Amino acid sequence: MPRSLSGFLVLLLFVSICEAASLFQPISDSHGSAALELFTPDHGSFKSLEETYEALRTFELLGIEKKPDVTATACRSISETVGSSSSAPKELFYALKANSIAKCKINEKASQGIITRLNAAIKGASLLLDFYYSVGGLVLIKDQSSKADVHLADAEGVFRSVKAFSQSDGRWRYSSNNPESSAFASGIALETLAGIVSLASSEIDQSLINTLKNDIRKLFDIVEKYDDGVLYFDDKQLDDRDYEGPLSTTSSVVRGLTAFAAVTPGSLNLQGDKILGLAKFFLGIGVPGDAKDFFNQIDSLSCLESDRFSIPLILSLPSTVLSLTKKDSLKVRVNTLLGSNAPTLTVKLVGAFNSGSKDASLVESQELKFDEEAGVHILNNLPKSIDVGSYTFVFEIVLHEPEREKVYYTGSQTEVQIYVTGLIKIENAEITVLDSDLASVETQKKLDLAGQNAVSLSANHLQKLRLSFQLTTPRGLAFKPHQALFKLRHESKVEHIFVVGNSGKQFEIVLNFLGLVEKFFYLSGRYEIKLTVGDAVMENSLLRALGHIELDLPEPPEKAPRPPPRSADPYSRYGPKAEITHIFRAPEKQPPKELSLVFLGFTILPSLGFLIGLLRLGVNLKNFPTKAVPATFAILFHFGIGAVLLLYVLFWLKLDLFQTLKLLGFLGVFLVLVGHRILSHLAATSSKLKSA
Amino acid sequence: MGRTPSSKEDAQALFHSLRSAYAATPVNLKIIDLYVGFAVFTALIQVVYMAIVGSFPFNSFLSGVLSCVGTAVLAVCLRIQVNKENKDFKDLPPERAFADFVLCNLVLHLVIMNFLG
Repeated sequence: MPRSLSGFLVLLLFVSICEAASLFQPISDSHGSAALELFTPDHGSFKSLEETYEALRTFELLGIEKKPDVTATACRSISETVGSSSSAPKELFYALKANSIAKCKINEKASQGIITRLNAAIKGASLLLDFYYSVGGLVLIKDQSSKADVHLADAEGVFRSVKAFSQSDGRWRYSSNNPESSAFASGIALETLAGIVSLASSEIDQSLINTLKNDIRKLFDIVEKYDDGVLYFDDKQLDDRDYEGPLSTTSSVVRGLTAFAAVTPGSLNLQGDKILGLAKFFLGIGVPGDAKDFFNQIDSLSCLESDRFSIPLILSLPSTVLSLTKKDSLKVRVNTLLGSNAPTLTVKLVGAFNSGSKDASLVESQELKFDEEAGVHILNNLPKSIDVGSYTFVFEIVLHEPEREKVYYTGSQTEVQIYVTGLIKIENAEITVLDSDLASVETQKKLDLAGQNAVSLSANHLQKLRLSFQLTTPRGLAFKPHQALFKLRHESKVEHIFVVGNSGKQFEIVLNFLGLVEKFFYLSGRYEIKLTVGDAVMENSLLRALGHIELDLPEPPEKAPRPPPRSADPYSRYGPKAEITHIFRAPEKQPPKELSLVFLGFTILPSLGFLIGLLRLGVNLKNFPTKAVPATFAILFHFGIGAVLLLYVLFWLKLDLFQTLKLLGFLGVFLVLVGHRILSHLAATSSKLKSA
Repeated sequence: MGRTPSSKEDAQALFHSLRSAYAATPVNLKIIDLYVGFAVFTALIQVVYMAIVGSFPFNSFLSGVLSCVGTAVLAVCLRIQVNKENKDFKDLPPERAFADFVLCNLVLHLVIMNFLG
């Protein structure tokens, strides 16, 4: 039992560590191994050039040395795509993207061909994505072949036609005839426009650039926020086809912003907290399990870390659980997003608060010492005012060279949840049996709660049991654990649990058996004694069997409450349930088939008799109308009745009531019409006969 | 036993007079009578069948018998209405009565079919 309790406490501790670690950690080694698992080539190559590019780019950004060698196969498929005259702009775009990392040779003729084809594609483009792939392709080929002279002929015209996709709220549309707009498209459009600016042979009109900056400002009006400063972009999920999810959308916008900031240097002033908010969004994801998400995360973080914006610095802690007993020191690490080292700086602990309370800070503001070798900032001795418990520490980053504050963004203050644990001193534990007036001690036993105990006591219902001990924290203060429980368990497995109360350091419980006889169901005999003292920050939490007590209680009176029936083994409810057998009603006894068939014949007999009777009566059809029109109606009338009866048979055999009633409606109207015609005709003839 | 011949003769006389009186009934009424008889006999056969094998699909039995009985009742109503000697329905043309008969039969059998199972 003690082992399982300590296991539980370790689990609790672990959970609390995990919670605290949701503090944003920069990209670390675990990303490297995850990348190698996610981007695994199939038979030496990736499925598509797009995937090849994503894999190569991720490996490059993470600086992975032992990456799978796919360059040869990638180069082959790149040159195939580039050389073929039937490849679409999208394929060319990803081939060139992959080539920007794989650095294969593309011959001069092929690149000239691509330039002409992409220029033609831009002229004929009508969708945003057409512009994106064609312009993107041209930008890539411009970067890759030094000789080629790539220019857009009518850059401003193309710029205007792409700009025509923008909406007033900062979102963009994919095509001019689709009114739905999205933030994802905004990122694509910004990247395209940045490409156009870089390809333009002459300067683009500054007013166009300015309207675009205005669009970007509006785009940040629709950004989504969390309380902890996380920012991200998301589109309303209108239909599944175009919806990309927050990660792809934010990533697209970040790429667009970076590309735009690159071609219009110094003009896009994004505040550091926006960059940090977006970065926190990407870091908060942890390690994604999907290759595409992984690429988006790493690529976007590298965009945010580029020198276009001020580089955010991320403060993280290797461990947020510190042990007072082991004299753990507080370690803080400051890195850039992708985990590279920060410039020289100082980390200050500006405050520490008890979790949940907003009282005055428990500590003076102090600087952490920097350890060059390990690259961490250390506070060796926790301040005296910090005892066991959970705290919120507030850190601040101060750069040593103030002129670098333009390059780096340090954020304001960072709050971190810290758990301080320690060994709790347990003293003066004793268990006593007292006579009713509390004065005379019957038996008194000292307990050693750190080790094993086996006291054996006996008491009757006129006596009392007292258990007391003291808890002191490493700093010598009173400690109130989450759990302080005293348990008595009878031989018949009836259990009674009592909470041990405290006043300051002193914990005490007095059981007056006279008042408890009814609660104990008058069960005399041997009771096992157990004590639980536990807390998440208490390193020596315990669950101890202390021994037993023989209780001598009076005989139960007539109407004494019975002990509750022993509940079944609590684990059995997780076991298999009893099998359910279905009971079906026995089928009714059916008559022999022959008998039923004979009676079927019998039911036909009266109709035969009816027909014979008709013949005997000399019934004939001489009155049947002879003129064409009434005769037609008469026949139709009979057909109508026949049809209705046939419908009834079908109703019986397969149709349902609604189908039947629908058809019956039509047949009924028809029948009423023809019936009315024929019967009124007959009535007219007979009245003519009468009057004649 | 001495009374038997005379009572037998009386019965014969009564039967004879009934037959001769019935012979004067118009043919169309006789057809309806025949039809009523046909319906009642069909119902009787079903009842006998039920008495032999039991009423297990009870709704089928009920719908079969009620179909026959309903038909018979409707036919009797038709007979009342088309009988020329029945002064209550003098103004009602027999064609109208027949239309009613057809309509009622169709409604009755829709219900019967629904109930048949």
